[in-house]
Amino acid sequence: MVHAAIRGETSFLNEVIEETPHGERLLHCIQCGSCGGSCPNGPDMDYSPRAIFGMIQAGERERVLSANTQWMCVSCYYCTTRCPQQIPITDILYTLKRMSVRAGLAKGTDAPALAKSFVHYVDNYGRAFELGLATRFYLLNKPLAMVKMGPLGLKMLAHGRMSFLPTRIKNLKQLQAIIQKARELGEKS
Amino acid sequence: MKYAFYPGCSLECSSAAYAQSIAAVCRLLGIELAEVEDWNCCGATEYHSLHRLTAAAVIARNLALVDGSLTELVAPCAACFLNLKKVDHQMSEDPAWASKVNAALAAGGLMYEPGRVKVRHLVEVLHSDVGEEGIRRRVKQPLRGLKVAPYYGCQIVRPYKDVDNTEYPMKLDELMSWVEAEVVPYPTKAACCGGHMTQISEAQAYELLRRLLQSAEDAGADVILTMCPMCQLNLDAYQSGVNSYFGTKFRIPILFFTQVLGLAFGLPLKQLGFGKEIVAAIPILKQKVPAALAAASAG
Repeated sequence: MVHAAIRGETSFLNEVIEETPHGERLLHCIQCGSCGGSCPNGPDMDYSPRAIFGMIQAGERERVLSANTQWMCVSCYYCTTRCPQQIPITDILYTLKRMSVRAGLAKGTDAPALAKSFVHYVDNYGRAFELGLATRFYLLNKPLAMVKMGPLGLKMLAHGRMSFLPTRIKNLKQLQAIIQKARELGEKS
Repeated sequence: MKYAFYPGCSLECSSAAYAQSIAAVCRLLGIELAEVEDWNCCGATEYHSLHRLTAAAVIARNLALVDGSLTELVAPCAACFLNLKKVDHQMSEDPAWASKVNAALAAGGLMYEPGRVKVRHLVEVLHSDVGEEGIRRRVKQPLRGLKVAPYYGCQIVRPYKDVDNTEYPMKLDELMSWVEAEVVPYPTKAACCGGHMTQISEAQAYELLRRLLQSAEDAGADVILTMCPMCQLNLDAYQSGVNSYFGTKFRIPILFFTQVLGLAFGLPLKQLGFGKEIVAAIPILKQKVPAALAAASAG
């Protein structure tokens, strides 16, 4: 807070706080590092959550939003339950994911593409569709990897665990009206 | 006992074994599960990575569709469970947020009153509502000799602290001890399976899965029991991938806890979805609990 205030750049910090339930807890970070130490992907993150929180307070918008930290988060919530300052760390990382996509800074990760493919099926069918999701995601993003996934797909088929057709909910119109309204109200993307 | 039931997308196909064994076990225990009419996907972890309000509204539609005569909603998948619980919780503690979510729902003619529905995972219902007596008196084939590693994963026991211990949960351990399975101490029982990492980042995913498999092997487990479709899929379908990546030789069947409960209750194998697992479970069951398997095969 102090650093950001001195630099006169508090807007990034405020945006993160505003978009996260209990985000103001971020101001209470004591830089203990319990988050990074608890994280199963901690060693593969560009910066640990602890460092990210320092950078948010210092107003380092671009560095934070370009980091792979938020995309390495697997939502296991160990950091959140272990944080001695009750900072909703996983939820802050979700906020950073959204801000990073909106800012066009999510690079070097397939996670946003997977999320977009997933959202496509929810918006158009009301249900996730595993075969379609995998096909769409791999075709659009890493066609070569599809070859490698082939045998696994066949095993799933052989065990009756893969469907060729998506399920569509009955009242898709209702869901889509809700989605459209939600996008209008307060969504920045 | 009657509950609203939110199966989630995975139970439709890739985790049909979970769906079948839940239905068989609940029928036997007198638990009525009324499926939420025309439920939609919870959005997993993906939807709120892109859109916060829309994700909440998509999830809240399901809460709004819960039959007005029912107050408890059971979800068998960790991601569905957490998403439903979290949206209810966030709407309850922040009325301004609840109004926004409800404004979106209103476009579909729906409304959800925060706190109306209590979201629960199936394991809580079996452990706490059916309870030890209710489980024990149904046991026909005690599973003595079968070493099980109870795996909880992340989102059932965290971030909310009211389901079980967030570091070393015990409800599934206890449930399995009531059917007399030998529960091994499983240090990684609440660690992460990687979730969608198997799709986007193989190296990270395989390392997380390796830890879970190694820990079960070290504990001498015959099988790992899961209570989430994603955990089951990752540990089962990607086990051979882990083996080729690390040169390991894991061959540990990954079963849904309801399949093993059903086995102890003497239910027929075909009602429990056995055979859908990729690492076959029948050989080890034949070896460790031959009587239970024979009874289940005869049925």
